[in-house]
Amino acid sequence: MTSAPRWRRFDEWDARMLRHDLFAAEDPEAGFATFHSPWDPSPSVRVEDGRVVEIDGKPEAEFDILDAYIAAHHLDLEAIGEAMAMDPVDVARMLVDINVPRPKLERLARGMTPAKLVSVVSAMSSLEIAFAYAKMRQRRTPGNQAHVTNAKDDPLQLAADAATAVALGFDEIETTMRVASNSWANAMACAVGAAVGRGGVLFQCSIEEAEELKIGMAGFTSYAETVSVYGSEAAFIDGDDTPWSKAFLTAAYASRGIKARCTSGASAELLMGFHERQSVLYLEARCLCLQRAMGVQGTQNGGIDGAPLTTSMAGGMRELMAENLIAVWLGLECASGNDTRVSESEIRVGAKITPYLLAGSDLLCSGFGSIRKYDNTFNPSLFNGEEIEDYLALQRDFEADGGLTPVEEGEVSHLRMRAIRAIAAVFAELGLAEVSEQRMVSVAAASGSQETDSFTPGEVTRISDAIRERGLTAVDVVRALARRGFDAEARNLMLMLRQRISGDYLQTSAILRDGKVVSALNDPNDYQGPGSGYRMPDARWQAVRNVRDLQTRDKVLERERRQDPTAPPWLVPQAEAAKGEDPHEVVIGLSPAFGGELSRTTAGHDLIDVVLALTEGIREGGGVPRLVRIRHTADTSFLGLTAARLSGSGYGIGIQAKGTAVIHRADRLPHMNIELFSNAPVTTLEHYRAMGRNAALYAHGQAPEPVVVPVDGQSLAARYHVRVAMLYAIETGLVVPEAPPLELSMTLGQGGLST
Amino acid sequence: MTDPLDLYPISEKSPGSAVSASGMPLDRLTLEEVMSGRVGTGDIRISAEVLRLQAGIARSAGRDRLALNLERAAELVDVPQDVILETYEMLRPGRLTDPALLSARAEMLRRDYGAHAIAAMIDEAVAVYSRRNLFRRRY
Repeated sequence: MTSAPRWRRFDEWDARMLRHDLFAAEDPEAGFATFHSPWDPSPSVRVEDGRVVEIDGKPEAEFDILDAYIAAHHLDLEAIGEAMAMDPVDVARMLVDINVPRPKLERLARGMTPAKLVSVVSAMSSLEIAFAYAKMRQRRTPGNQAHVTNAKDDPLQLAADAATAVALGFDEIETTMRVASNSWANAMACAVGAAVGRGGVLFQCSIEEAEELKIGMAGFTSYAETVSVYGSEAAFIDGDDTPWSKAFLTAAYASRGIKARCTSGASAELLMGFHERQSVLYLEARCLCLQRAMGVQGTQNGGIDGAPLTTSMAGGMRELMAENLIAVWLGLECASGNDTRVSESEIRVGAKITPYLLAGSDLLCSGFGSIRKYDNTFNPSLFNGEEIEDYLALQRDFEADGGLTPVEEGEVSHLRMRAIRAIAAVFAELGLAEVSEQRMVSVAAASGSQETDSFTPGEVTRISDAIRERGLTAVDVVRALARRGFDAEARNLMLMLRQRISGDYLQTSAILRDGKVVSALNDPNDYQGPGSGYRMPDARWQAVRNVRDLQTRDKVLERERRQDPTAPPWLVPQAEAAKGEDPHEVVIGLSPAFGGELSRTTAGHDLIDVVLALTEGIREGGGVPRLVRIRHTADTSFLGLTAARLSGSGYGIGIQAKGTAVIHRADRLPHMNIELFSNAPVTTLEHYRAMGRNAALYAHGQAPEPVVVPVDGQSLAARYHVRVAMLYAIETGLVVPEAPPLELSMTLGQGGLST
Repeated sequence: MTDPLDLYPISEKSPGSAVSASGMPLDRLTLEEVMSGRVGTGDIRISAEVLRLQAGIARSAGRDRLALNLERAAELVDVPQDVILETYEMLRPGRLTDPALLSARAEMLRRDYGAHAIAAMIDEAVAVYSRRNLFRRRY
């Protein structure tokens, strides 16, 4: 006996993109644990003489740098007794209870240790976590952040892509460089690009701390999010910082009017090799308590670089959502990950973003790749330039505001060119570089840097060095823009400088909309169930749903319109159709709008060609075709049966204008047809010819092989049903219930065809 | 007394209280002033006064940790960039082997810039670094 063969489906599964993803077994000792590891401590706290002397089972003498900072600055003595005594499931229920207000829960979080916070969110399902996130997140209006980088550090492309990102609705833009010394050129280019069009977008240039502060002080950037913290002492030290050095840096950013957020996230410690056998959520909870303690306004978490490692674990996506929930519960702004691409499977990518679209977030992605994947210097994002329209469709599907807005071709082309001319003008005015028209056009049209003829990295470095060495600032750029006639852009950049003086965007969850600060203070999330919280205003929903190439009845009917509306009809009705006598006759029953109001099948075949294919096929099979117009129905089965009953042979063909066709026989029940072409979009003229031939062969008493229209699994419904529904409505609109079928003669060109 | 929260956003509700580090009021920070050459680097820097105002707003909004951070920031407004970067570097692990140098830095910031909260934070770091053996060379 031969052994059972390998099922070839496995070969097909092996070939799918999903199989590039790695899935890791649970192994807490190796740090592969999401919500719980045997080495995680149990929640505990002890307070003596007004100081915390024990956290999560560890006495003060053994506090590491995180414990020490959390004990001194996170735990709120006033809330600690009540919060730590509560049953975790009870607190979890409060988190999803619309009747328990957010401030009450935030007060409890201030009295909870990391292990206690973990015990609460561990009791929640993914759905409950997402719901609690919608309730607990800080700013009511959701937002999003874009990565704007390219593989050449080309300033022209950075300016164009920054302007594009602004047009798409991003609230923040983050850049970084392939070559560190290009940072000043990148910063200037993005700052100029972001000032084109709507303007008023926060911008950061991610680089080594000292340089980032300098670029910020020069007025080019307005926020920083590279204040990384880690959940174990060893990882923290390896990351070359301590809670105190980071707290100092956080204050330093604010002292320069720069918004800052921390970065942390599941599996960072695991990647760095210092996980201490503890679950990724527990380590992240420590990071988040620390961030609150440091007084930073917000966090970028949800497994940033560690996200793919986290999603390799069972329940990994749930864990990422849980850590975002802890962040907002602690009152932090949350740029909720959805950053590093966690999977090669587009299905997993779409699933990953969905709970966030539904719940909303301060910044859904802490870096949506607005550029092509290969241009993303941070690494590919969950969503990228290639997939922006997929994201726009998801927003529209769920009526969810993911922070992005559909753009029109003409608008984008204009903005890109404007941004390129603006940065070129600034370079020229400041004596940094002259840009040829050819380079500008090349970049404006390019989807990514592989297509551009622009600055070489060496040229960019010289520009960047000059900006730094000459001490050029955003004020110089404002002046250059205005001198060269870019007045609106100059004013947009001025707006950013003015905002920096007021410090308004230093408050929690601040972004700018229409030049005004919107934050958790003046736009607090007030979700308390249906009818409350964020709902898209009408104008916003109008913009979100208006994706590119919407099908409208006007457009569909325009497409159907015959070339020459004054041309005489090619199907001419005659007298009422009678039953035929010829035993080889095959009647073709045409639907009410066939060849009149509608002129093409969904496959695009002219209905004249379809009728010719059918009639020629019938003749090839030894049959005699006869055309009739059926008016009392537009349904394929009844068209076919009506035709069959008029046919001398008892065999007939029914066909709708969209191309759906059937062979029927007079003595059959309506839906028991002989052959059916139900997939009109993939039906060829050769198929119609074969159908005619078969009908004639049946009429001769033969049993031919049925004609099979092959399908390869496309979603014909997704591709055609909108148009089909609109077209079919025209057919049904012409139905006259009592009207008898009419004989048709066919008039083509000079001769015509008489049936 | 009015709630500080009523002043927020300062740029809309109380632009008169927004004065840059150089003392330039917000309403003078216009394109026309920039074009006339009367706006310099100091004019686009936030002031300690505004940071303290924002700290009060944050505290009033129930965000006391953020308020403390903004107050520490206010103390750093007048601290020169190189001193800030040098202090940050000193606070990083393994940069110093002698705790006294960090304590001295705290004292200098307290004395020269009135940065009491910052100095207290550094003193706290000295104590924890000593206990956790972080005053050791890493390179």
